[in-house]
Order: sequence, then C-alpha cells, then structure tokens
Amino acid sequence: MTSFRTLLYKETLRFWKVSVQTVAAPVLTALLYLVVFAQALEDRVRVFDGIAYTDFLVPGLVMMSVLQNAFANSSSSLVQSKMTGNIVFILLPPITYLEFFGAYVLASMLRGLIVGAGVLAVTAWFVDLRMQAPLWALAFALLGAGLLGTLGVLAGIVSDKIDQMAAFQNFVILPLTFLSGVFYSIRSLPEFWQALSHANPFFYMIDGFRYGFFGVSDFAPAASLAVVGASLAAVSSITLLLLKSGYKLRH
Amino acid sequence: MTLAVEQGEFFGLLGPNGAGKTTLINVIAGLARADAGSVRVMGADVSADYRRARRMLGVVPQELVFDPFFTVRETLRLQSGYFGIRANDAWIDEIMAHLDLAAKADVNMRALSGGMKRRVLVAQALVHKPPVIVLDEPTAGVDVELRQGLWQFVRRLNRDGHTIVLTTHYLEEAELHCSRIALLKAGRIAALDSTRNLLDMFSGVELRLRLDRESLPAAFPGKLVSFDKSFFVVKLEDYGQLEDALVSLRQAGVKIREMELQPPDLEEVFVRLTGRGS
Repeated sequence: MTSFRTLLYKETLRFWKVSVQTVAAPVLTALLYLVVFAQALEDRVRVFDGIAYTDFLVPGLVMMSVLQNAFANSSSSLVQSKMTGNIVFILLPPITYLEFFGAYVLASMLRGLIVGAGVLAVTAWFVDLRMQAPLWALAFALLGAGLLGTLGVLAGIVSDKIDQMAAFQNFVILPLTFLSGVFYSIRSLPEFWQALSHANPFFYMIDGFRYGFFGVSDFAPAASLAVVGASLAAVSSITLLLLKSGYKLRH
Repeated sequence: MTLAVEQGEFFGLLGPNGAGKTTLINVIAGLARADAGSVRVMGADVSADYRRARRMLGVVPQELVFDPFFTVRETLRLQSGYFGIRANDAWIDEIMAHLDLAAKADVNMRALSGGMKRRVLVAQALVHKPPVIVLDEPTAGVDVELRQGLWQFVRRLNRDGHTIVLTTHYLEEAELHCSRIALLKAGRIAALDSTRNLLDMFSGVELRLRLDRESLPAAFPGKLVSFDKSFFVVKLEDYGQLEDALVSLRQAGVKIREMELQPPDLEEVFVRLTGRGS
C-alpha cells in the first residue's frame, strides 16, 4: 500500500510543482475559447431549446479540459521517464503492475478534475449555470478522466519518443475531442456526420457531462455512461495486460 | 551460464563491451526478462517471487539518471516509499552523511554535478538496506576523490555483511576490491575464480632490467618484450624463472645496474581471455 501511495504522491507532486504549466495554462486556454467562440457564435448557433450558446459551451469546455489534461498527465510523465531513463526508479522496487496502473491513472484523473474545476470556476462568471443532475456530471467526469488517464498510460507505454506521443495527442485525442460536440450540438449536423459522431467515444462523455447541467442531451445519459464504462473497461484491460507483460518497459 | 555469488562476497563481473554484464544485471534486477533459465536473489526467484527478490536488491544503474522534478531528499524519500518504507529519514540522513550529500539535501537534482548525481544513485540503491548491492560501472566518469570515498563506503557495507556485485571497466578496481571474479565473453563465462587464482593462473611476471651491457646472455629465460633506453623488458612465466634469469646473468658475468619486477596484472588476464590484443 505504501508503494502505491508513494507513486500516487510522486505523480501528483510532479504536475503540482509545475502547476503554472499543467493547471493554470489549460484553464486560460479554455477561457480564451469561451471568450472567442461565445462572442462569435452566441446569436448564430442554435443548440438545445431555451439554452443560450454560451451556457451550452461551458460544460463542454470543462469536460474537454478534464479529458485532455488527464491524458496529458500520464502520457507525458511516462514518456519523459522512459526517455530520461529515470523509469528505473519505479521498475526496480517491488511495485506491482496494478499499483503502477492505479497510481498513474488516479494522478491523471486528479489533474484532469483540478483543471476542470478551475475552468468551471473561471467560466462560471460568464454564465448562469445551475446543475440539474450533478451526480451525472460527476459520474461522467470521473469515468472520462479515468478513460483518458488510462489511454495516456497506454500511449506512454507504446511511445518511445516525445514526438510519437505528440502525434497520438495531436492526430487522435485532439480531433476526437474537438469533433465530439464541445462547440456544437451534433443534432445540427447533417445525418452522415451525426452518425459518425456516434462512433466517437468522446461524444458520449461530453454529451453525458452536459446532461448533468441541463437535464437535456443528444443521447440518453445512461446509455452514454454504459458506452464510456465499456470503453474504460476495454482500454484498461489492454493497458493492464501490457503492464503485466512488461511490454516496452521490461525488455 | 551458471553462476552463484555467495552471501557477503565482493564479486566482480568483468568483460568487454557487449559481453552481457549489464544484460545479466538487468535480468537480476527484473529490468529485463530472461528467455530461459532462472535467477534467484537470496533464494527469491526474480520472476515468480519478484517482490521479495527486489526488496533484497539495491541496484546502482550505469546511466546517470535522475528525476529533475525533485530535490535529493525528496528523491530518497520517494524511493523509500516505493519499497514500502515510511519515515525513513534517520537512515536517509545517515546515507547522505556517508556519501557527503548532506549539504545538498534540499538542492534540486538538476542542479547537481555528475559526481553528486552518481552519489544520489548510490544512496537510492541503499534506502531499503538491501543485503545485496549491485554496482554497474559505479565509477565511470567520476573524479578521483569521489571514487575513493565511494570505495571506502562500499567496502564498509561489505564488511557489514552486504554482498557486493560489481561491474567495472577499471581492472585495477576489480583487482583491488573483488575477492572473486567472473570474466564474461559473448554472454558466457570465460573464467570464474578467486582474483588471486586468476592472476596466478594467467599472468607472468614482467622484469625490467638495466645491465652493464646491451645484450642478454643466450641462456636468459623468458621472452624479450622490448629494449628501450638501455632497459630490457622481459616476460617471465612465473617467479620461479627469476632464479634461472639471475643464474644466467651471473654465469655470463653480467652485472645488474637496475632491476624492477612488475607483479601480475588483471589487464593481462582480461586481454588473454577475451582474445583482444596479441
């Protein structure tokens, strides 16, 4: 238990020591999105009935920040440790693969949720939000952060270099989050793109999280939660198998 | 290969680059997996019983690795925690004192010199008081002063009962510290014996002589290596030949002006066994 707690503490301390970069910067980015998009699109984009565009945008930005930062934490920590070689400090002690997995994923979730809370705190000034179903929002935030934290561990294991990991982030994670309905309701899309959006697991996380605020969503929240939960189970299984086998960590 | 290091030994693993020293250490430490065979540390299998095996083992890696996010003390506290040890400050202070790190305790790892980083690596390997300590090229790129301090500390640990396994390129270090040595070549053990026996077995004696003339008597034993600035350098098979050498000089009426004996050298053994050089 002490091994796990120490590794969790180390992973948390690691991002907290550079919190200007890991927490403050993504909060500022989200705020810029809000200012620019809300200004440009407030009267042009129709989303849910009776909900202003800016109100609609805020939960999406919060969840996008949660997801991106959860991924960034575990993936960058692992790739950096592998590249600098200091991963041996974790590989030499008697840490089990489950403790390894748990510590990296939990620390990532923590960073995602802290950034998400920060985004919510600063954007709440611009909108009048009331959470209709806070437990749904919490459930999606937790599962979504867990899924992306796990994906980050997976990407960190598989990547040998920063640029491989950056490619994964820029060509997979970023497009999937942008096209998940953060900035629009997928109902406004042509049918083909609507159908395609349903193949994007990020859509369910954003949509479900938003349900927690408005009690309205594009997709039934229970079904969305099931999709997210199943994705988490699948990605976790693969990651745990790789960790257990020592793939790209123990040669 | 089959190799058993006894408890309390100061054991040397030598061999040219690519002989498999680091690979062997990685397998022992669980950083690499063996395709076949098994390794046990104090009776614990490094794969089946890896948690116990790793607790028994302190490894000082060859590369100068560090985590730039933390100070020396943080690094050592974290490492203790990974081994399941809480509140380890008394021991951490003791290690830091022995390695002259106390003044750097709250300095970030990034700001340390190479030699200081190496000391922290040694300290990290010791936080859990492992009975077996593996040092992979611990003095590569380390200044003389630190090298001496490091060896003093390692010898003390050995006297206190810790088993030490050392790989090094510096043959004189192995000669000086190790009681037994395995010479590796292309993943196999080329020789395994006490340091004394290896030296006796393989190495001749080098004799440097200055005589009152510029030629050796015909009956002079051994092999002439060089003649330079009136010094003969002759390789004798063993100390026994020395007597024959002196007899041949006396019989030829030659006087010795200067004489010097070079004792056996591990470098010689190393070169012969690994097939490098002549």
